[in-house]
Amino acid sequence: MAHPSKVGPVLPRVVIAEDLYLLRDGLVHLLQAHDFEVVAAVESGPELLTALTTLRPDVAVVDVRLPPTFTDEGLQAALAARRAVPGLPVLVLSQHVEQLYARELLADGSGAIGYLLKDRVFNAEQFIDAVRRVASGGTVMDPEVIAKLLASTARHQPLGALTPREREVLELMAEGRSNAAIAQRLYLSESAVGKHTAGIFTKLGLSPSDDDNRRVLAVLAYLNAAR
Amino acid sequence: MTTGWTLAMGAMALVDVGLIMLGMLAGLFTIVGLIFCFPPMIKLIRRRTALARRLTGRWLGAEVLPPYLPPPPPVRPQPDGWYRYQRQLYKTPWWPEWNNRAKWMFADPGTWRDAAWLVLNPVIGGSLVLLPVALIGYGVALPWLWAPQAAPLGVAVAALGIAATPWLLRFYGWWNKLLLAPTARSVLAGRIRRLDQVRLEAADSQAAELRRIERDLHDGAQARLVAIGMTLGAVEELVDKDPEAAKALLAKSREASSTALTELRDLVRGIHPPVLAERGLGDAVRALALDSPLKVTVTVDLKSRPEAPVESAAYFSISELLTNAARHGGAERVWIDISGRGRTLRVTVTDDGSGGADPSRGSGLRGIERRLAAFDGVLALNSPPGGSTTATIDLPFALAAAQRDTPSMPKWMYAVVGIGWCLGWLPLFPQGIVAMILKIVGTDERSWFLALYLPEPLQWPLIIFNIFLGMTLYGLAIGLPLAYSRKQELCGSSL
Repeated sequence: MAHPSKVGPVLPRVVIAEDLYLLRDGLVHLLQAHDFEVVAAVESGPELLTALTTLRPDVAVVDVRLPPTFTDEGLQAALAARRAVPGLPVLVLSQHVEQLYARELLADGSGAIGYLLKDRVFNAEQFIDAVRRVASGGTVMDPEVIAKLLASTARHQPLGALTPREREVLELMAEGRSNAAIAQRLYLSESAVGKHTAGIFTKLGLSPSDDDNRRVLAVLAYLNAAR
Repeated sequence: MTTGWTLAMGAMALVDVGLIMLGMLAGLFTIVGLIFCFPPMIKLIRRRTALARRLTGRWLGAEVLPPYLPPPPPVRPQPDGWYRYQRQLYKTPWWPEWNNRAKWMFADPGTWRDAAWLVLNPVIGGSLVLLPVALIGYGVALPWLWAPQAAPLGVAVAALGIAATPWLLRFYGWWNKLLLAPTARSVLAGRIRRLDQVRLEAADSQAAELRRIERDLHDGAQARLVAIGMTLGAVEELVDKDPEAAKALLAKSREASSTALTELRDLVRGIHPPVLAERGLGDAVRALALDSPLKVTVTVDLKSRPEAPVESAAYFSISELLTNAARHGGAERVWIDISGRGRTLRVTVTDDGSGGADPSRGSGLRGIERRLAAFDGVLALNSPPGGSTTATIDLPFALAAAQRDTPSMPKWMYAVVGIGWCLGWLPLFPQGIVAMILKIVGTDERSWFLALYLPEPLQWPLIIFNIFLGMTLYGLAIGLPLAYSRKQELCGSSL
């Protein structure tokens, strides 16, 4: 299974790791329907690691809990693969999200990471959007992770200095959205969002950056440092 | 000091003769039908043995616990207001109580061990007084008995009499423990009673937990799935007539399924947190710390993973302590330390709050204690009002042992046992008993019996010493392995 041999535009190549047959099959169909080429659909940790390091896909969709141990096999395989292939885009799916795992995934600072609840697959449009953003090197965090991060750090300065609007912007920013997307979400003008982000960066003592990925990492790095 | 103690104990043992007389009298009365004499007499004896236990504990530096079975529970009236003892009914609880207590005292092996101790105590304890006194007296009398030149020898013998008192006291303490301390059987019986109680509580809380889960599922996910099913039924009807309305309903049912999943996730977290299953206690507590509104510092020093149920108990206890610190303690920072020492898992949770936590009032702390009790764990709380709170959880036997087989006896014990078996006969039979017989018979034959070559006044002491030495050697050879294996048995099983 090397490169696609068919004529036409080159499709993004995906590896899927999921142990439940129904869900795996569903993911394969969903991604194929949205112009992805599924190069491998595996069901265990070791298989996943082999697939990731040999096939080097454009993006991988990985379940955290996989055979043979049914613990965090998928997460470990993804982390190991990213150590071997730095910056390998991986979207991790799980029945539950933990800040702890989010931090581990983001620790290497090379981006191209997604961490979502499995429920998010229900909304095909949003899910495919997330896969595309991860494939293009962006960072996608589940809103629940962001909410937990903000809730647990709410009492610490200087995050408490943010206005409610700025917090909203920060949340969406941490989900990996661009200023334009945030503006659309919050029914604001893009320049207003730009003002808010500038305000956030000033209050958090960070130098502004245009790069989506760096923005998220900066936010999370700050939240890490706040503890 | 020890000499004084020894003499006091010996005197006390001699006074016990009076108590024995009284006891025999009470026994006699009991046999002829005056059973009222029995309980007060037993009470009196128990007071005397309690005193002996306390004093023995003080000399040996280790508490000697009473061996008695727990007293019978108070008698409860029947629904009709009468009190029952076997097939008889009474108006007041006095008779059944009395019968129960008498039966309890009579059936307890501890009572009879006490009695045996009391009967033998004047003999054994009396030697505490008699032996040193006799040695001193003998030493003083030696110059007159034998020759004036023997005076230094006499002084030495008298000094020996004083020097022997600590050893005599130790021997006496050991004797007291032999009969007055709880037997392995009664210790085990006590443990079984406690385990029974803990098992009941564990089963109780488990049942309550299952009821809670059932209720949560019934009101939450189950109800939502029913709603989704109904909505899908409506969609089926509408899909041809009104596709727009059908779409709206579908969106709604997707939302409902998402809510159901969220609820299930929370429920699972309450049953067994996924991180705990995936990563173990250390990372689960770290995840807990990250989600906490407090600033939590976690240090973990564990070489092995505890058993899953123990891990879960520790996790939920920590979670509860953390909640308490945030809710009641007014804390801002919390330090959690998880470490293993030997087989014990120790968790300390310290906060900088306002203190004043009281386990007798907080149901949360009671819950932690119950949860831990199932694994012999204990919660120690230090929470002075106005100061920081430190909670320490100790879970013994939570971690796997480095080696499971019982260690063999130390080498010196083997050596002592060997010497005892090999050489015990020598002082006991030829040099002791045989020499004694020859001495009594009064032959001139001395053969190789050392004692008979000594000057006259020293012959008897050496013969008695030889017999005593031989008996001690045999006693050690038999007693040491027995004592050791008993100790291992009690320590090896979880206390």
